Amino acid sequence: MPVYYYIFLSATLFTIGVIGVLVRRSAIIVFMCIELMLNAANLLLVAFSKMHSQAIGATHPTAATDAQIFVFFSMVVAAAEVSVGLAIIVLMYRNVHSVDVNFLNRLKN
Amino acid sequence: MNNILHIAWLIPFLPLVGFLVNGLGRNQLSKSISGIIGSGTILASFLLSVYVFLSVKDGNTHVAHYFDFINTGALKIGFDFQVDQLSSLFLLIITGVGFLIHVYSTSYMHDETPNNFAKYFAYLNLFVFSMLLLVLGGNYVIMFIGWEGVGLCSYLLIGFWFKNDNYNSAAKKAFVMNRIGDLGFLLAVFWLITKLGTTDYHTVFQNVSQLTSFDITCITLLLFVGATGKSAQIPLYTWLPDAMAGPTPVSALIHAATMVTAGIYMIARSNILFTMAPTTQTVIAIIGLATAILAATIALKQNDIKKVLAYSTVSQLGYMFLGLGVGAYTGAVFHVMTHAFFKALLFLGAGSVIHALHGEQDMRKMGGLKKYMSITHITFLLGCIAIAGIPPFSGFFSKDEILAAAFSSNPVLWVIGVLGAVMTAFYMFRLYTMTFLGNFRGTDEQQHHLHESPGAITFPLIILAVLAVIGGLIGIPEVFMHGGHRLEAFLEPIFRESKKIQGTHHLSHSTEYFLMAASVVGASIAIIFAWKNYKDYRYSTEENTGIARVLENKWYVDEIYSSVIVQPVRALGGFFTNVVERGIIDGIVNGVGRAVNYGSRQIRLLQSGQVGTYVLLMVFGILILFVIQLFL
Amino acid sequence: MSITEILFWFLSVLAVGGAMLLVASKNPVHSILYLIITFFAVSGHYILLNAQFLAIVNIIVYAGAIMVLFLFVVMLMNLNADSEPPQKNRLLLYSGTIAGCCLLLVLVAALKQSSTTSQLVEMGGGDAGLIKNLGMALFSDYVFPFEISSVLFLSAMIGAVVISKKEA
Repeated sequence: MPVYYYIFLSATLFTIGVIGVLVRRSAIIVFMCIELMLNAANLLLVAFSKMHSQAIGATHPTAATDAQIFVFFSMVVAAAEVSVGLAIIVLMYRNVHSVDVNFLNRLKN
Repeated sequence: MNNILHIAWLIPFLPLVGFLVNGLGRNQLSKSISGIIGSGTILASFLLSVYVFLSVKDGNTHVAHYFDFINTGALKIGFDFQVDQLSSLFLLIITGVGFLIHVYSTSYMHDETPNNFAKYFAYLNLFVFSMLLLVLGGNYVIMFIGWEGVGLCSYLLIGFWFKNDNYNSAAKKAFVMNRIGDLGFLLAVFWLITKLGTTDYHTVFQNVSQLTSFDITCITLLLFVGATGKSAQIPLYTWLPDAMAGPTPVSALIHAATMVTAGIYMIARSNILFTMAPTTQTVIAIIGLATAILAATIALKQNDIKKVLAYSTVSQLGYMFLGLGVGAYTGAVFHVMTHAFFKALLFLGAGSVIHALHGEQDMRKMGGLKKYMSITHITFLLGCIAIAGIPPFSGFFSKDEILAAAFSSNPVLWVIGVLGAVMTAFYMFRLYTMTFLGNFRGTDEQQHHLHESPGAITFPLIILAVLAVIGGLIGIPEVFMHGGHRLEAFLEPIFRESKKIQGTHHLSHSTEYFLMAASVVGASIAIIFAWKNYKDYRYSTEENTGIARVLENKWYVDEIYSSVIVQPVRALGGFFTNVVERGIIDGIVNGVGRAVNYGSRQIRLLQSGQVGTYVLLMVFGILILFVIQLFL
Repeated sequence: MSITEILFWFLSVLAVGGAMLLVASKNPVHSILYLIITFFAVSGHYILLNAQFLAIVNIIVYAGAIMVLFLFVVMLMNLNADSEPPQKNRLLLYSGTIAGCCLLLVLVAALKQSSTTSQLVEMGGGDAGLIKNLGMALFSDYVFPFEISSVLFLSAMIGAVVISKKEA
């Protein structure tokens, strides 16, 4: 299966995530869209790893493994980020009783 | 031989030390100490100058290279001193007359506070230092340093009593006028550097043949512009009469020993250049003569004792330039020397009178001082005779030499020159008779306090009077005595090259006798006329009319300058302030500010604080980056 | 069409559909569920690519832990369809959608030209993604980053606790 399919799939998922961030106002949904984007990127990484193990696996036996370790660490970081991010959202809700990101316009002035 | 060069630097250095000590310690030093420091350093310089003079008498020229002043690849200008006949002669004049003026000042300025007194001597020393640097410099750049220095010091000293606004404007006028001339000098130096790559005198004079005649003419004309500023020639002479605002010894110093002789010195120093530029010489002769006549006519009708002397200086400087213009370099330098003696004498004498009258300078309110101030009177009379050109006083020899050279160049120059000399005799004796003869016309209180000045004032007067009387004897013309012109023989190495180019044309003896007789007779008639007319001068408030009024108002030259130069420049300045500055530049500056202000007020709306908007813009940014990166 | 391709298309449609519904649905709880569907689909892709370890981790960490955390938060705040007022600024809505589509267009157009796009991906085979190999790599070559990530988790945990404390 050509890698092009995966590229297209990942790009689509990523774009949907972007659109979600742009159009939705709920911080929770925005956050989920960010997770979606991360996943799209991960998927593409894995696809590329498999592509490379096919192409240069003979000379670089660890290449595909390294790429998947990279994905693993990106998941680790995402998990840490989610814990902090959700804590922030909870804090925000506690303060303004809303998760609408448009409330967060203090940067205006 | 080398020990001369080892001590040559001390000559200007000592006054500099005096300047520093007096200037920095002005709050600590008592009057007598600062006076001793001020005069002592000059005296030491004078003694060193005498030593230097004696060692260059046999025709040696020494150039001392102390250190590199400017060293940039192709251009190398050293801090050089050149000791030769011309500079040593000027050293003697400057330090000798300067010393006498310093001594005189210790008494004249005695009413000042110690602080001001020390400051005054610091300025005087700096003045002498600058002038010595100017004279000793071994290239045009070092000369220019001294040249600027005297300009600065003249500003400081003319405006010494800076609490008076008029004095301040006089100081500013002197400074600005000098700056105009300095620009010419500077351009000439640049021109020389461009063409020859050096400013050392000996290199320049040796390589003068490499220059085209156009270059030489331009350089000499520019140098002459510098000289007109410093030596008060048309059109830049107006600062000198106004410079009378300074203390009288300062006027004496400016007029006799320093400053105004700088232009003469510079042209005499560069005589080869000038000899090779006949056009410039003609210009110099004409301007010199015109200045001599113009200033003499103005002096006829002035009532301020110092103003008369000031215009007389301008007039005598005109003679010197006439001499330079017709190639009589020795005559010009000779006249510088004799003029230094009698003009210093006259100024100091006038200062003595003013001192006795507690600041009165109007001759109409003087008179009859003969009885009260005998030493001042006699020395002043001797000075008047000397400047009037009566033999065998010094002025006769030097002026006669210039006039004889003018005659051999063009008799018309001689005729006008003699006319000026006659006027000189007239106004000097008008000054003398109005001041010293007749009855006293001042207030009773002034009369009560009239007294001869103290020794520190009369001593320089006597010395200068002696010099004014006998000073001319070093330049007795060939007609009277073979080998009598010792000065010419002394300066011969300096002007040798010019002499070769000029060739020699001797006047017949009978012509020379006739010329002398004509000027002496003319001067004598003028003296008698002045004596008769002003012996019993009565003060009258009658307004002058006609030509006399024009003369009294100095040919309205200041007014003409004001309307021709100052007003248009002011108008231009006003235009630049109001239209260019306020309209265009401020408009641009404020416009930029306003545009930024307005723009930011609009752009501020983008800063909505909505995270969504930011993300949207970020996406657009990413899009643009992608497009640029991948497709362009 | 082989079974692999059928599975690929099925999972792709599932992932994209889930993602779209996630963005479109009003109720945050539904959104979370759609996101979980997407994550499962992505995990399925991982299995197709024989990246078994990542597939499992994805399900455990993402679909399991993280999404449960989201669910908890949503329920804690009692969010529902009305809690998010509709986007008033239609312009932002359209421009966001259009910008996203442009991004997709640009990405696809750009990557389509690349020479690598026609290369094949190893489906089903290969032992790179097996737990054994990854575990070996993780505890030999990558042991230091692995330990560091534990510090990261610790700090994230402490940060979350500190942030959400009632009175700081």
